[in-house]
Amino acid sequence: MRQAKNPFQFIAASYLIKIGRERAHTLAELATCLKEVPDGSIFYHTFQSLEEHHYTAFSSEFAQWVMAACNQTALAERLAAIDVADFVSIDGLRTALVTAIEEHNARHPNWQNNVAFEPFYFCEGVEFTLPLGMRATTLTELADGICKLSLQSLHHHFISSRLRLHLKTNDFSHWIENELDLPELAATLNRLDFHTSTLDGLRDDIETTIRGWAAR
Amino acid sequence: MTTEASPGRALHLDDYAAVVGQPEVDEIRAIAHYLRGKRVQMVNSTAVGGGVAEILARLIPLMEEVGVPTRWEVMTGGSEFFAVTKAFHNALHGAPYDGVKEWFDEFLATNEENQRRIKLDADYVVIHDPQPVAMIRSRGVPRNHWIWRCHIDLSQPNPDVWSFLRPFVERYDASLFSSPEFTQGLSIPQYQFAPTIDPLADKNKELEPEYVQSVFDRFGIDTKRPIVTQISRFDRLKDPVGVIKAYQIVRKYADCQLVLAGGSASDDPEGNAVLLEAREAAGNDPDIHLLNLPPWSYLEINALQRGSTIMVQKSLREGFGLTVTEALWKKKPVIAGAVGGILLQVLHKITGMLVHSVEGCAYQIRYLLANPEMAKRMGENGHEHVKENFLLTANLKRYLILFSILSRSTKG
Repeated sequence: MRQAKNPFQFIAASYLIKIGRERAHTLAELATCLKEVPDGSIFYHTFQSLEEHHYTAFSSEFAQWVMAACNQTALAERLAAIDVADFVSIDGLRTALVTAIEEHNARHPNWQNNVAFEPFYFCEGVEFTLPLGMRATTLTELADGICKLSLQSLHHHFISSRLRLHLKTNDFSHWIENELDLPELAATLNRLDFHTSTLDGLRDDIETTIRGWAAR
Repeated sequence: MTTEASPGRALHLDDYAAVVGQPEVDEIRAIAHYLRGKRVQMVNSTAVGGGVAEILARLIPLMEEVGVPTRWEVMTGGSEFFAVTKAFHNALHGAPYDGVKEWFDEFLATNEENQRRIKLDADYVVIHDPQPVAMIRSRGVPRNHWIWRCHIDLSQPNPDVWSFLRPFVERYDASLFSSPEFTQGLSIPQYQFAPTIDPLADKNKELEPEYVQSVFDRFGIDTKRPIVTQISRFDRLKDPVGVIKAYQIVRKYADCQLVLAGGSASDDPEGNAVLLEAREAAGNDPDIHLLNLPPWSYLEINALQRGSTIMVQKSLREGFGLTVTEALWKKKPVIAGAVGGILLQVLHKITGMLVHSVEGCAYQIRYLLANPEMAKRMGENGHEHVKENFLLTANLKRYLILFSILSRSTKG
C-alpha cells in the first residue's frame, strides 16, 4: 500500500451562525445586499447550507427564499442551478448570484419591488478549527479517519476546502493526488455530488470509494 | 441561590453517542480541552418551570463533565419584581404596556441586590433573558466575557421597555438569539443559538407503552379515541382558550378529546388566572382535560406527548417553543402558530402545519385526523429535523465554540 511522506492532518471544524444586520424584503434589495454583505455571508447561505437542507426544495438559501417568499420559481431554479463546486472564490459566486437576479429583475421590472412574505435575514458562518491530532499516511488510514469526523468537519474538508485551496478540489483529493500520486482516485472523489446527497450519504460514498481503491 | 443541576440518573456525554454519533461527541471533547482552566457562570431567574431552567438543568452537568466548570446562579426577587418582569416580557413580545417609572426603579434595585449577592467573576458570564440583564453593571476589571442570551422574540418590542433595557444589553460582548427574526440590530455581535432538548431526559426518553397507558388512565383520558394535546404553561400568549375554541369546532366533525397540560413557573404570576379562563371556556365538556401539573412532571408530559394523536402549540407569540421540539422528536405531527422560533421547527406540510387563527387550527386538526398517513410522515420528518438541529449536544458545542472564539479574540 502506498504511504505518504506528509500525513493527512484531520481538523475539527465547527461554526457559529452570526446574525447580520442586512435584511432583504424584495428581489431588488436581495441584489443590493448581495453586493455588500461579507464573503462569510455568501458562503453561509450557499456552501454552508448544503449541510442543513434535506427537506427544502433547494440547498441554496437564496433559491429557497426566492421560491418560498417571493414566489419566483424560475429565478429560484436558476439560483439553485448555480453550482458552488464551480467556484474557487466567493467573488465569482457573488457575481453569478447578482447577475442572475439582476437579469431577472430587468426582465420583470414590476416584480422586483414586490414585498416578500417574509424578509431574508443575512447571516454569516464563523468557523472555529482545531487540529484533531489524528493523521493518515495510507488510504486505509484516511478512510478510518473520515469515519471519525463530525459532519461539520467533513464539510470543512470536502466542501468548503475549495475556497481555502482556491482549487476545484477537496482536501482528500488534493492529498491523494499530491502525496499518493493517485490522480484517478482524486478525480473520482471530486465527482461525488454533494448537492443532492446528505453529508452522511456523502461520507459513505467517500469511504466506499477510498476503501475500494485501498483493496486493489 | 446556586442550583444543583443533575435531576435523575446522571447522564454522561458518551450516552449521547448513540443518538448523535461518536465523532460529534469526540469533537465536543476536543473543543472543551481547548478551554481547560476556564470557568463559566450562567444566571437566570427561575430554577424550575419554563424552558430556560430546563435547558440549563441538562446543559450544565455536561459542561462540568467535559472539564469546563459551570455554576448556575438563580437571581432572587420579590413578587413585585416578577410582576414587573412579566409585564416587561409581554411588552417585549409586543403586548400593550402601561408601566410606571417606579417599575424601572424596582427592576434596577432587584438587579443591584443580586449583584451584591452573586459574585460574577468567571471567565464567561452568561445572563439569560431580561430579568438579570442589568447585572452587567457589576462587571469589573480585568474584564471577563459577558454574554446575553435572549430567549424571547424581540422583533416588535414595546419602545419604552426596550429603550430602557437596550443600553444594558449593548454593554455585553455578544448576544445570543433563537432566530435572526428576533433580533434588533444591536451594536454588539449577535449569534443564532437555537434552543435544544435533551433526548435522554425523562421528558424525552423512550417510554414503555404500559407506562404511557397508565398515565392516560390516571387522568381519565380514553386512548381508544383520538387525542389532541397542547403542552404549555397556562399563559395567554400560548392561547389555551383559542385551542379550546378550535377543538370545539373540530368536535362538530370528529370524535376526539382535548388535553391542555401545563403548569406555571415561579416567575409567572398570571398562570392561575389563565387556567381559570381556560376552565370557563371548557365548560362541562368531559372530553376536555385541563391538567395543572407540578413542574417535575417530566415523565407524565413525555407520556402525554407520546400517547397523543396530534400535538398543538397555538402560540400567539413564542420565543422558541421547546414543546414543539419535544413533540417533533417523538414523531408527532404538530399544528402550531406561525410565530417566533416555531417557524424554524415546523416546516409547513413537511414537519407539521402552521396556522394563523382558531379556524385554521381547527381545519388542520380535522385534516390530520382524517389523513393519518400524512400525519405519520410529518412526524418522521420532524424527528430527523430535531436530530439534526435541536439536540442538547448541539447547544453544548455552540457554547464551547463561542467561548473559544471569544478567548481567541482576546488572545488576539
